[in-house]
Amino acid sequence: MSAALDTVPEERIPQGSPLRKLLARPELGSVVGALAVLVFFACTADGFLRASSLGTVLYASSTIGIMAVPVALLMIGGEFDLSAGVMVTSSALISSMFSYQMTANTWVGAGVSLLVTLAVGAFNGFVLTRTKLPSFIVTLGTFLMLTGLNLGLTKLIDGTVSTKSIADMQGFPSARAVFASTLTVGGVDLKVTVLWWLGLVVLASWILLRTRAGNWIFAVGGDREAARAVGVPVNRTRIGLYMGVAFGAWISGQHLLFSFDAVQSGEGVGNELIYIIAAVIGGCLITGGYGSAVGSAVGALLFGMTSKGIVFAEWNPDWFKFFLGAMLLLATLLNHWVRKRAEAAK
Amino acid sequence: MARFRTWVGIAVAGALGLSLAGCSSTGGKRAEDARNAAAQGRAAVNTPRWTFAMITHSGDGDTFWDIVQSGAKQAAVKDNVNFLYSHDDEAQQQAQLVDAAVDKKVDGIIVTLAKPAALKASVARAEKAGIPVITVNSGSAESKAFGALAHIGQDETVAGEAVGDELNKRGRKKVLCVLHEQGNVGHEQRCDGVAKTFGGTVRKLYVNGTNMPDVQSAVEAKLQADKSIDAVVTLGAPYADTAVKAKQDAGSKAEIDTFDLNAKVAAELKDGTLGFAVDQQPYLQGYEAVDLLWLYKYNADVLGGGRPVLTGPQIVTKDQAGALAAYTQRGTR
Repeated sequence: MSAALDTVPEERIPQGSPLRKLLARPELGSVVGALAVLVFFACTADGFLRASSLGTVLYASSTIGIMAVPVALLMIGGEFDLSAGVMVTSSALISSMFSYQMTANTWVGAGVSLLVTLAVGAFNGFVLTRTKLPSFIVTLGTFLMLTGLNLGLTKLIDGTVSTKSIADMQGFPSARAVFASTLTVGGVDLKVTVLWWLGLVVLASWILLRTRAGNWIFAVGGDREAARAVGVPVNRTRIGLYMGVAFGAWISGQHLLFSFDAVQSGEGVGNELIYIIAAVIGGCLITGGYGSAVGSAVGALLFGMTSKGIVFAEWNPDWFKFFLGAMLLLATLLNHWVRKRAEAAK
Repeated sequence: MARFRTWVGIAVAGALGLSLAGCSSTGGKRAEDARNAAAQGRAAVNTPRWTFAMITHSGDGDTFWDIVQSGAKQAAVKDNVNFLYSHDDEAQQQAQLVDAAVDKKVDGIIVTLAKPAALKASVARAEKAGIPVITVNSGSAESKAFGALAHIGQDETVAGEAVGDELNKRGRKKVLCVLHEQGNVGHEQRCDGVAKTFGGTVRKLYVNGTNMPDVQSAVEAKLQADKSIDAVVTLGAPYADTAVKAKQDAGSKAEIDTFDLNAKVAAELKDGTLGFAVDQQPYLQGYEAVDLLWLYKYNADVLGGGRPVLTGPQIVTKDQAGALAAYTQRGTR
């Protein structure tokens, strides 16, 4: 993966000395930040570097990272998705309720959930391209609608606010193995979500840097009209990006469902911002056209290390949001500065 | 830039001047410090300094959990315990916090099971690591099955039933049950418990608990729309006061009753603005949890015999409110 990144195509990065090349990488700021946080907690938090702690930190990071990857791609394409957080819960709810109510194999429920979630993503993209409304408004609408649907439908169908357990149904053990199992690698308990996360990062990096679709994403996010003029299928790219986010939401949703076997209908609200924060810390520009999938992964890792590091350091968790905000500002400032330097050098 | 500096200078000087000149002789931080000074003390035992972690499903800045914490901290001081507290209202995050406590190799874990399914694996992991677990507040049904030592809390259904009985006694006919947290199973159980014993009809109203003006307008609209509602039950102390305001604005005659206590509720019970409150003694939940873990580590004692240790429901009316006012003031009731 790193080999692929080192031989990135020409025009996206200014040519120059190796040092300058390094400085121009979008994820530089986040890597520096992540190293600083790692050293900081290694020194102050007792037991932070223990193998079992590493598993917990990676798990926390992966649950954010799985969504941060497609959200980063979407942001490179110049758009937002505020419905990403509740879409995870929606996806889990659909899967769980379909399996239970139809007494179907849990894989059937997961399949139906995939289709519906992708449809929600396509709906976001379609409304956006058709109405030309800002994505902030469109996805804010979907966010609110999904929040209402999650609670309303769950209450209507199940009678309570959480779904019924599907742990005793056919297909559950195999689905749990795929979405929520724990692997022991060299004494470290790793959740399978870490593999999903890594897989998504590799896939997204490959798409961004090695395929035509990747060029389209950068072009659409950089200058939409210019991209359209040179023949980039702008609308298709944007709809595709929203469906990518929906796919991530499906994986996260299935993980939620199959690790806990019941889903709370009111959850997920507010997580969309966490995904965006991870992408921005990882070097994505809020205006689009710049960023990387690896950066979003480092952003998610930073998030996971901070949230669990505070527990290990025995600090009051009330301060967590403050640290996060400060880190977001610092990372963005660093990225901004690095980019300016890189552009000046061009 | 120079002008900016001038303004900052003026603002700082002004703030300093105001804080020096405008001393208050009543209330405020000084009075709070005086109250707190009474309730500290030092360790009464010389057991090793064990570390206990409490992980709750509380949202940010919830007064109820402040009371639980102050109870737990008081017990921790007495029992020479290093007490850690963390919370997250997202089930998955709460489970991860429990995992982190296990990784930290703490000596005991106190956890709330508001969303039991999500915490099952993490609690099992703690037990596998040989860390004793006590559940508090919510999860009385699951606690034993998950292998916890004991459960300390209030049975939400029983508490709801007590409210239903009390409402019957007061001759009410139609009750509005205000749920401020969509998705909380315990809240549903409370309202269902009310419906079980209450003779009249029960209507549920869902409001957004983190947005007080929204709570007020929702209750107000409901009271205006249905004049036959003669009692409102809120599920948390801060919402009782909001319901009182809504009732006044709507010109309704309904009686306002509530779950849980705080200083404002105690005062309003005393002057008759509120009918009654059902207390589950959060201070006791925090205190007992830490103390029971200490007893278990010290003497392998377990309380409850496999059944939940109940801290409620306790119906508080005008008669008892006066005596409790001082305790609610210092944040322990």
